[in-house]
Amino acid sequence: MTAELIHRLHFAFTITFHYLFPQLTMGLALLIVVLKSVALKTGDEKWDRAARFWGRIFGINFVFGVVTGIPMEFEFGTNWARFSRLSGGVIGQPLAMEGVFSFFLESAFLGLFLYGEKRLSKLMHWFSAFMVFAGSWLSGFFIIVTDAWMQHPVAYDRLPNGQFEVLSFWQLLLNPWGLLQYVHNMTGAVITGSFVMAAVGAFYLLEGRREEYARIFLKVGVIAGCLSSILIIFPTGDLAGKYVARNQPAAIAAMEGLFHTQDGADMVVMGQPNEETGLIDNPLVVNNALSFLIYGTTKAQVKGLDQIPHDQWPTALPLLFYAYHIMVGLGTWFLLLMAVAAFLLWRGALQRSRPVLWALLLSFPLPYIANTAGWMTAELGRQPWLIYGLMRTSEGYSNTVSASNGLFTLIGFMGLYALLGLLFTVLIYREISCGPEPTKKEVRA
Amino acid sequence: MMGFIWFWLVAVMIVGYVVLDGFDLGVGVLHLFLVQTEEDRRTTLASIGPVWDGNEVWLLAGGGTLYFAFPLLYASAFSGFYLPLMIVLWLLILRGISLELRNHIDVGVWRALLDGVFGLASGMLAIFYGAALANVLRGVPLQADGYFFLPLWTNWRPGVHPGILDWYTVICAVLALVALTLHGALWIALKTSGDLAKRARRLVTPMCLLVLALTSLSLVATILVRPASLDNYFHYPLTFVVPVGVVASLICIRLFNRRLQPLRAFLSSCLYLFFMLAGACWGVYPTLLPATTGADRDITLAKAISGPHTLAVGLVWWGFGMTLAVGYVTFVYMKFRGKVDLASADH
Repeated sequence: MTAELIHRLHFAFTITFHYLFPQLTMGLALLIVVLKSVALKTGDEKWDRAARFWGRIFGINFVFGVVTGIPMEFEFGTNWARFSRLSGGVIGQPLAMEGVFSFFLESAFLGLFLYGEKRLSKLMHWFSAFMVFAGSWLSGFFIIVTDAWMQHPVAYDRLPNGQFEVLSFWQLLLNPWGLLQYVHNMTGAVITGSFVMAAVGAFYLLEGRREEYARIFLKVGVIAGCLSSILIIFPTGDLAGKYVARNQPAAIAAMEGLFHTQDGADMVVMGQPNEETGLIDNPLVVNNALSFLIYGTTKAQVKGLDQIPHDQWPTALPLLFYAYHIMVGLGTWFLLLMAVAAFLLWRGALQRSRPVLWALLLSFPLPYIANTAGWMTAELGRQPWLIYGLMRTSEGYSNTVSASNGLFTLIGFMGLYALLGLLFTVLIYREISCGPEPTKKEVRA
Repeated sequence: MMGFIWFWLVAVMIVGYVVLDGFDLGVGVLHLFLVQTEEDRRTTLASIGPVWDGNEVWLLAGGGTLYFAFPLLYASAFSGFYLPLMIVLWLLILRGISLELRNHIDVGVWRALLDGVFGLASGMLAIFYGAALANVLRGVPLQADGYFFLPLWTNWRPGVHPGILDWYTVICAVLALVALTLHGALWIALKTSGDLAKRARRLVTPMCLLVLALTSLSLVATILVRPASLDNYFHYPLTFVVPVGVVASLICIRLFNRRLQPLRAFLSSCLYLFFMLAGACWGVYPTLLPATTGADRDITLAKAISGPHTLAVGLVWWGFGMTLAVGYVTFVYMKFRGKVDLASADH
């Protein structure tokens, strides 16, 4: 195994595991603000208790997000030193801003939200929830800005020593690639939050207990889930896809499995890209659909991989193809399921539709898979570049850290994260089994 | 000028981190020895519950600031200290998780395990931080391209090719452990009452003496290992006020502790840590990472600094953001000021 591969796996593994947590953090933060707002407006204690219940789950999830997030900031230096040395002046900036602007905000108000309810007024407690939401969404923004510069470098200059330097701070922050990915990504986080909330509601109803809370969870989860499942496809997914097609032709061709340039290009719904033959095995195809999706007309020409030098093809082509198709396929399922659930909710029949409740319960892992697949699509699509068009991945890893040392710590992380995953599951399962009703301890207080 | 400003801004972040996370690390170590009942333990842990996560943010914000202000230093030091940094990450993970889990698990056996992990991880972190600082003061075997890679240990001697751990860095590591434990004891004395606070107070005098002894030892050792550490001081003799401040703040800790003024004693300990770190920074300035392989390979401010526009823009948002951040931090500490009240601390 080469050092380059080990360092890539190291980052990929730790970031993938990490992002299981923030996506729920960011999605739930918004939904908790919704619960707190209703509680504040109606004065209904049930909604407050619902918010407290999700606050506890949020708290656990948040801590796992924090502890698995710290390694990410370190790994830029530990595993990607040559990249950091040259690009630190640019991407170090949003990364430091994340710490300065959002982590302080988030941690301060989360402490108040979780520990300070009895010391704060109702409005101030609502405000704490809102600031936790603002902090976590701001945090997401800075990360997307960082990634966007690697995907689509803007507003930079090169100093004589090869280092990148920011030319315009605002252009860096308002990189169009970043803005498009941000709305798409945050919608994805809301999908995760909504599906988890709806799944807990469905679980309680199927079990036949805590029905009043189940109704709240289902209502909020399904409405938010339905809205976000629409928004993830149109306009955010659509726009992001078109932008990728224009700026990273190699990525879009590989994602779609388009080996040959085609007028009126077909869209492959399913199949296995075969790099040797340059064909899709077992294809299931919609004629002309790809041209229409990208350019709005069925006749337009779409550039295939044949027009791109082979050394600029995404290095893990089949994985990229599958990641993209999994994301799109699951996105379609989210829309279908949530549309049906929302319709039943509107008709007042959702509580009695056991098949739909089962579907909602069993679908909760899927947004995690879809969000992960979406990030894999973006990052594998960028390959073989570390900074698109400017620096190759092979030029960026720390060459003083040998493959063997990298593997040593990768194995360490794998062991530790396996333990963390297990603990997290047990903790969340306990919280869900205990439910939102006040515990004996709380009643006494 | 920009280099000077950013050097000290990064130093401020490091001091902020050590002063703040320092006391919760110390509390982590101490709760293994100091508490006698489950209620003691819950009180102790509740005193850091709402703040430890915010304290850790200083590490991240400091790391980020270092990253964009001095990318060469960030790249070189983080890849060179690869193994110890990864261990620090694992310890931070274990520590955060065990503290959080403890609030959610009520089975005695598991709680005992988690408390043990929390205490050990806290102590190990203090040790690693001390060793890390000592590695920077001693210098590392920088290659011509500005990179290096240090093993965890070699022959335990500082020299051209040392390991992370040698006799010098071990002295500093022990000092860090003891000083942060003292810091934690003062926090417990400040935030709790009754017998627990009394036990914490009783620890202070012997620990102060120990810190004083280790501080003196580490000072002599530093001068032996890298005589150039004194250059700045002799060049600007006024700055000898720093070591005087170190000793004075140690005396103040003991004094205020005996007079039952725990807040002042705790603040004196903050000052002690501040003087120690500021003194260390001043000892290397304007070098950021000395080379054991020849002074021409030192990573200096001038070599590592980012482009001028990056730094100018950074100064604007950094100033604005940190003002806000200090605001939130102050607000949280004000809201949770006073002795810990277990009844309202549950969540």
